[in-house]
Amino acid sequence: MTEYNFAYLDEQTKRMIRRAILKGLAIPGYQVPFASREMPMPYGWGTGGVQVSAAVLTPKDTFKVIDQGADDTTNAVSIRTFFQRTAGVATTTATSDATVIQTRHRIPEEPLHEGQILVYQVPIPEPLRFLEPRESETRKMHSLEEYGLMHVKLYEDISRHGHIATSYAYPVKVEGRYVMDPSPIPKFDNPKLGDMAAIQLFGAGREQRIYALPPYTQVVSLDFEDHPFEASKADHPCGMCGATDSYLDELIIDDLGGRMFVCSDSDYCEARQATGHKGKDAA
Amino acid sequence: MIDLSNVSKTFTLHNQGSAVIEVISNVSFAVAPGECVALTGASGAGKSTLMRMIYGNYLTQAGEIRIGGLDIVRSEPRDIIKLRRDVLGYVSQFLRVVPRVPTLDVVAEPLRALGVPADEAQDRASALLTQLNIPERLWSLSPTTFSGGEQQRVNIARGFAHTYPAMLLDEPTASLDAANREVVLSLIEDAKARGAAIIGIFHDEAARTHVCDREIDVGRFTPGMAA
Amino acid sequence: MTPLLSVQGITKRYGAHIGCADVSFDLYPGEVMGIVGESGSGKSTLLNCMAGHLTPDAGQVVFDTRTDGPRDTITMSEPERRMLGRTDWAFVHQHARDGLRMGVSAGGNVGERLMAVGERNYGDIRDKATDWLGRVEIDASRVDDRPTTFSGGMQQRLQIARNLVTGPRLVFMDEPTGGLDVSVQARLLDLLRGLVRDMGLSAIIVTHDLAVVRLLADRLLVMKSGRVVEAGLTDQVLDDPQHAYSQLLVSSVLQV
Repeated sequence: MTEYNFAYLDEQTKRMIRRAILKGLAIPGYQVPFASREMPMPYGWGTGGVQVSAAVLTPKDTFKVIDQGADDTTNAVSIRTFFQRTAGVATTTATSDATVIQTRHRIPEEPLHEGQILVYQVPIPEPLRFLEPRESETRKMHSLEEYGLMHVKLYEDISRHGHIATSYAYPVKVEGRYVMDPSPIPKFDNPKLGDMAAIQLFGAGREQRIYALPPYTQVVSLDFEDHPFEASKADHPCGMCGATDSYLDELIIDDLGGRMFVCSDSDYCEARQATGHKGKDAA
Repeated sequence: MIDLSNVSKTFTLHNQGSAVIEVISNVSFAVAPGECVALTGASGAGKSTLMRMIYGNYLTQAGEIRIGGLDIVRSEPRDIIKLRRDVLGYVSQFLRVVPRVPTLDVVAEPLRALGVPADEAQDRASALLTQLNIPERLWSLSPTTFSGGEQQRVNIARGFAHTYPAMLLDEPTASLDAANREVVLSLIEDAKARGAAIIGIFHDEAARTHVCDREIDVGRFTPGMAA
Repeated sequence: MTPLLSVQGITKRYGAHIGCADVSFDLYPGEVMGIVGESGSGKSTLLNCMAGHLTPDAGQVVFDTRTDGPRDTITMSEPERRMLGRTDWAFVHQHARDGLRMGVSAGGNVGERLMAVGERNYGDIRDKATDWLGRVEIDASRVDDRPTTFSGGMQQRLQIARNLVTGPRLVFMDEPTGGLDVSVQARLLDLLRGLVRDMGLSAIIVTHDLAVVRLLADRLLVMKSGRVVEAGLTDQVLDDPQHAYSQLLVSSVLQV
């Protein structure tokens, strides 16, 4: 161990964050204010998610961090190493082995199971922000369930693009009550939010908000009768593992416009390749 | 139909030393359906004032003015508005309209206010404008730009659009040529024939004797004048 | 007949200063009432107290609700009052940008109230929005344009469409023609008159422009120093004012 307290934060702070998490779980989708601490990383790098992870980690946990689905990007590696050093917890890249998964912008392809916790990094927790900048007013709108404005955003999308062009941070309604920003996950992941076996916790460090979805919560993506919600993805199989059911990243591979599509979930893709699945671009 | 009893009016000019001017005192008369009564008297005798009192445009300090049973001296604004819409018409000397509104709509408006469908109201308006010799090419224009005589005819058309049971006419034939004067007089005759009670001010003596059954000299009720 | 709005003893103080004091009146369905007075006479305070934007220190604002009959809107719960604000009430601000979402298209602005009361069919919402743009004389081709690209008069008409789309029964207007040039004012007045007549609207219009109330209002309240000094039929108050202040007000208007 290091000279840091377990998982970096002091015990009082973790208790404060846990209280916010419990309140969030009790009122699914409701944004609970909390006293966000300065973390040894810049805002926007996941300070909210890191504080939530710190508050829920126990010495026996196995920790996984993904950034846009990948375990091997800078941000994911940094945060994983951070908790290795400050909490001494085991880490993994295998989704099914992890007990706590901190994520930025994705939900793993492999269905999560009971006992797991998925921690989201949230840049802007307020789904109504872009149409109503006054925090006092958006809070009132939440408390009074005045959500017409949310549909104005979708209306604007359709009027401008002919369809709902919002492709990430797609707003959802939780248990028929609170409208929630699911963090900037692709809308492809929206259906996984609902009825999930794992606990989902959302932490916004700069904005000092925590919200949560307990297991098996009803989560509905907002839409219009004549423009129903669609979980879209690039219409290709994965170039590496051939999967047709996963969310894909588009990679530019040369200066001639060559490109390939690969799973954004690196663990999912590697696991498939290990069991013999092969895409058209695999070496 | 129109009943005045012991009606009096004073103006108090608060900003001119609170001067109190008694303009009408103790007027009583009645007008029956189908009857046309002329108000006469010298200029300043209070003919227009009395007419405005009957319309509810001027406040009456004492007495009763009953029109179709409603005492407008003691009525709520909404009852007076309803009375003006349904029962009591008024052709003033001046046309007051929203700028930009086409003449045809200006004339049709009293009917639209009564809930008459737009096309039916416009048909009636067209007929009246034709009768009063307003060229059709002007109907789509606002009357605010018209000549005095044309404005007066639009005003009359508007006043006669609805068949009011009681009507007040303030100089309806002023500034009209002979032909249009005849049209207005025939409109008044028609109104009388269908049973309207009419009070009018006519400087045009021939017109007055032509349509009016009686004359009431307002000067009799004017305190300053009587002396 | 039950009044649509019954205002009783509304008083609002700002410390020792009186905003408005002991104002009472009844407004019946289909009536348009003007409130006139100089700046600082309390007319805007009164309007905001009635519309629920300010809480008065005393008095009642009883509205004849569709479902439960007459209810005091000051003591009703905030959600109920805000619901009224999106359904049966409308508020037209003097400055269109206070009443519009400037970053949202014209269609979205008009559609917002529909979506707020639960409409979830894009096609229907858009059709209704387009229809309303037509009613306020904005070309249907502008439905996807933002109000920032509109002239002042168009913005004000858009604000009116946005307010009337849910078929309110009572409209509060705060200087609706203020800040517009006269030709645009005339067009707006004509439009408002037609809408009031065709929809059977009741309206309360605060203005310092006596020409506006003469053309729009059936009745008038004249306010001075927070109190109503005269009330009556619009043309009667303007042509035969009784109170010293009303006489001064009427005689101060420049004749054109």
